[in-house]
Amino acid sequence: MGLAKRIIPCLDVNAGRVVKGVNFTGLRDAGDPVEVARRYDDQGADEVTFLDITASSDNRGLIFSVIEAVSAQVFIPLTVGGGVRQVSDVRALLNAGADKISMNTAAVLDPRLIADSADRFGSQCIVVAIDAKRNPATGGWQVYTHGGRNATGLDAVEWAIEICRLGAGEVLLTSMDRDGTRNGFDLDLTRAVSEAVPVPVIASGGVGSLQDLADGILIGKADAVLAASIFHYGEHTIGSAKAYLAQQGVEVRL
Amino acid sequence: MSHVVVVDYGMGNLRSVAKALEYVAGSEHTIEVSGDLQRLEAADKVVFPGQGAMRDCMREIDARGLRDAVTHAAKNKPFLGLCIGLQLLFDHSEEGDTPGLGILSGQVKKFPAEAMMDAKGNRLKVPHMGWNEVYPHQAHPLWEGIASGTRFYFVHSYYVQPAQSDVIAAHSAYPFQFACAAEQEALFAVQFHPEKSDRAGLKLLSNFLTWSP
Repeated sequence: MGLAKRIIPCLDVNAGRVVKGVNFTGLRDAGDPVEVARRYDDQGADEVTFLDITASSDNRGLIFSVIEAVSAQVFIPLTVGGGVRQVSDVRALLNAGADKISMNTAAVLDPRLIADSADRFGSQCIVVAIDAKRNPATGGWQVYTHGGRNATGLDAVEWAIEICRLGAGEVLLTSMDRDGTRNGFDLDLTRAVSEAVPVPVIASGGVGSLQDLADGILIGKADAVLAASIFHYGEHTIGSAKAYLAQQGVEVRL
Repeated sequence: MSHVVVVDYGMGNLRSVAKALEYVAGSEHTIEVSGDLQRLEAADKVVFPGQGAMRDCMREIDARGLRDAVTHAAKNKPFLGLCIGLQLLFDHSEEGDTPGLGILSGQVKKFPAEAMMDAKGNRLKVPHMGWNEVYPHQAHPLWEGIASGTRFYFVHSYYVQPAQSDVIAAHSAYPFQFACAAEQEALFAVQFHPEKSDRAGLKLLSNFLTWSP
C-alpha cells in the first residue's frame, strides 16, 4: 500500500455562490461554498477545486471571501482557478487560504507566469490546466485557451512537458472533446500526458460513471480524477466512488 | 492554557496552519503568527512551518535573525516542525546544496528518479503529492488517537534521512520506506501537512496543543 489516487470534486463559483448548469439554459444556485465543500469533505473528498466563473468584474473579488471562509472550516487541500492572470493574483489567492492555484490561458499567453509563480511560491502550489482537443491533422491534441474558444497551435503533450520544465507541480488535463459528454475521459490523451510528465496529472472532462473514474486511473494512468456533475446531482457520492474504485483495485483513502 | 507562536519568516502561506490550529485550540490556547524575536521567545510552544525551496527558507531565517531563536525553541520548548520545517532541522539538504539548522543529524535527499516505480511497473510522480499511510514507530502523545496506517496529506520532492534511527517517529513508503516524522525530547516534526489532513491532521495538532513533555 502507498499513495492513494485522489478524487477531486470541482465546484463552479459565480459571484460567491456555488452554481451548476441546468440543461444548457443557465446557472442555478447550488449553495453556500462552505456548506458544499464541507459536505464533500464529509464524504471523503481528497481535495476540492473551485473554479471561479464570475463574469462581472464587480463580483470577482468575492472569490477571496469564499476561499477565506472555506479554508477556516474545511481542512483538506483547496485549489482555485479561473481568472488567474499575474503573480499578484496567485499571491492574493494563496493569502486567502488556497493551497494550489490553477492557471490556464494566462500561462499560454505568458509562460513566464508559471516560472515566476513557481519561483516565488514553490512548484507544489502551481497547477497548470490544459484544455485539449483532438487534432486530426497531427493525430495528437491541440491546446485551447479562453475557455476552449481559441486554438493555440500548441501540442498538448509538448506543452505539458514545457510547463513542467517551467515549474508546474501538477497538470489538470481536460479533454474538450469529452467535457460534458459523460462518455468518459479521453484515455489516450490522459495516458499520453501522464506518461510524458514527471508530475501528477489530474484527469478531467467526460465522467459519466464510476467506471470512467477507474478507467482514468487504471488505463489513463492519472494520479487523480476530477469530476463535477456525477457528484453534484447526487447520482454518486465520493464515498460510493471510492468504494467502487477500491473494488477495481485502485488504492484510495477510505 | 498555552500561547502558541507559528513562526513567520516570510516563506509561504501560514494561514492554513494558523486556521487549523485555531480550529482545534478552543479557548484553551492562543495562536499567534509572528516573525518577531521577542514573541518567539515569549511563546509556550512553537510551530515551525515551511514552504518553497530550502535555500530560500534558510536565507529568510538568517535575514530575519531568527536562527538562534528557532534553534533555542527547538531544543527547549514543545516544538512542531511541518514539511520543510522538518527538513530544515537536519544538517544538510541536496536541494540547492543547502546547510540546515543541524538540530538533528542527517541529510535531506531528493526522491531518486530511477527508483520511482511501483510494484506494477507504473511510474511514480514527484512531487509525492496526496494521501499516504503513516506508520508510527513508537507510542507518542502526538499519535494518540491516530491509528497506525492512517493517511495524511503530503506534498514534497525531498525526504529526510536521519543519521540516528531512534529519532524516526514514523515512516511512510514511496515506493521505499522513508522517515516522515522525527522526534527528540520536546521536538516533533512531520513531513506531511496536518493542517490539510482532515480529521487525522486536526487530531495531531490538537495532541500538540495538549502535549506537556
